[in-house]
Amino acid sequence: MDTGKLLKVALPKGRLGEKVYEIFAAAGYPCDDVLDPNTRKLIFVNEQAGVCYFWVKPSDVSIYVERGAADIGVAGKDIILEYSPDVFELRDLHLGICRMCVAGKTDFKDNPANTLRVATKFPNIALSYYRRLGRDIDIINLHGSIELAPVLGLSDVIVDIVESGKTLKENGLVPLETIVPISARLIANRSAYQFKSEEINALSSELSKLI
Amino acid sequence: MIIDESVLSPEERVYLSLRHLYKSYGYTRFKMNKFEEYDLYGKNKDFLVSDSVITFTDTSGKLMALRPDVTLSVVKRFRPEGRVARGFYNENVYRISGKTGSFGEICQAGIEAIGPIDEINVFEVVLLAAMSLKSISERSVLNISHLGILSSVLSGISSDGLKSAIIKCVGDKNAHSIREICSEASVPSETAELLCLLASSTASVSDTINAIREKTSSPDVIKAIDELVELSEKAAEVSGVSVKIDLSLVGDMNYYNGIIMSGFIEGVPARVLAGGRYDRLMEKMNKPGGAVGFAIYLDLLERMNGGCDSTRYSLILADKESSLRELYKKADELIAQGKKAIIEEEIPSKESFEEIIDMRGAR
Repeated sequence: MDTGKLLKVALPKGRLGEKVYEIFAAAGYPCDDVLDPNTRKLIFVNEQAGVCYFWVKPSDVSIYVERGAADIGVAGKDIILEYSPDVFELRDLHLGICRMCVAGKTDFKDNPANTLRVATKFPNIALSYYRRLGRDIDIINLHGSIELAPVLGLSDVIVDIVESGKTLKENGLVPLETIVPISARLIANRSAYQFKSEEINALSSELSKLI
Repeated sequence: MIIDESVLSPEERVYLSLRHLYKSYGYTRFKMNKFEEYDLYGKNKDFLVSDSVITFTDTSGKLMALRPDVTLSVVKRFRPEGRVARGFYNENVYRISGKTGSFGEICQAGIEAIGPIDEINVFEVVLLAAMSLKSISERSVLNISHLGILSSVLSGISSDGLKSAIIKCVGDKNAHSIREICSEASVPSETAELLCLLASSTASVSDTINAIREKTSSPDVIKAIDELVELSEKAAEVSGVSVKIDLSLVGDMNYYNGIIMSGFIEGVPARVLAGGRYDRLMEKMNKPGGAVGFAIYLDLLERMNGGCDSTRYSLILADKESSLRELYKKADELIAQGKKAIIEEEIPSKESFEEIIDMRGAR
């Protein structure tokens, strides 16, 4: 299949990606079967709309776009800040709104005499935040169930995404500080943008009317 | 000797055509050592793409470095002779990759014009940048901007940290974050709007330029815009390449001033050409005059056209009985017909051949 002339879009798998696709479809870029849970197709093409979608792991969207496998994609600001992909960040889609927070036990009190142990899936964001504060930290890089770390004494605090705060509360944790607000962003490959700027800008403009 | 172009890799082919182009315009080859005293890079870390450098101590005890950049070496060697020194290079540089975190060897070609440069020199370098891209692919774009515009818009902001954050957003075409940052830092709304226009991705360039002309009273900005418009129109006309104004282009303002450039080839996912005017680096290195130049990252062209080796061979099947004389006579015959031949005792699996010539037992 020659997808060269189509706008190749990397969508993040999951609830956010489904919401994003619905907005893309409403903006005039629909595609059959994209939301069909029974399909085994990996790539979805609508030649008439000039678009081609594929689902990828949310943390991989920026890699697909940076490396040019996708012309554009939708990635969370958390992923953009963590991996610093060399891409254009064209629009804030105001979807998947949450915040990157420092969280800890309700009775947590920071002791500046000790190195602060921070468990996180986002080591670069955590390092950069505490470097700005001049606070000495020990990063504990985890890949899931971050909330367990302070509960079991593995870390003093965690740096993680907080949406409603319900998971934190259920585990006896509270948000202590907000590092940065997070939402989904439309990103574009720097080279693809040069050759498909009209198509990308038209899509971005249509999206802006719906968000 | 006639060279069959098909034996050249894409990078070699491109370099030969670039070399021809640069020599035709009076540029001579800069030849440099692979290493320099570390001091050169230590003093100019901000100019480097990454500040990690491979170092070693030479026999005299001096700390040396494998060259991470060509321009610094060119400027260091520059001796003023009252005229512009024009040169081209094709050198490897050794840098740490931000993505892999490990050092790599990167092949770079480029040109530099150093000394009492004027508008003609600047135009010539922009033109050669456009022509270089065209010699690589007809589907190419050269973006140009003038750092004087961004510099002037940012002149009212004193915090270096704030400036850096804004410059990053302009380079990312991230107007929404510029608004947020400017609002938090109480940057005047007129300045914020001008910055958003520079970063704007959706407005047409002419609309953006007209809006900037209306919103600014700075004669420096107006002069820079006029220079930019004239340069892009002339360079596009002469080269036949799409030379676009992109006001979101950014560069380190401690080194660069004036025109900056960025080049792209369709199918190559990253910028293949970067450069601009760097009078401030000359000043920093106590050299008289100005300088302008660009680099082309030849290693990025490796995967152009898919990056696969599509060479098809004629296979000559041989065994221990086959006469070497007959085998190589046959190979020569095939090569004379413009084919490529290999001799094997078995048909290699997972490979397909143009033809298979069975010469087992041939004496």
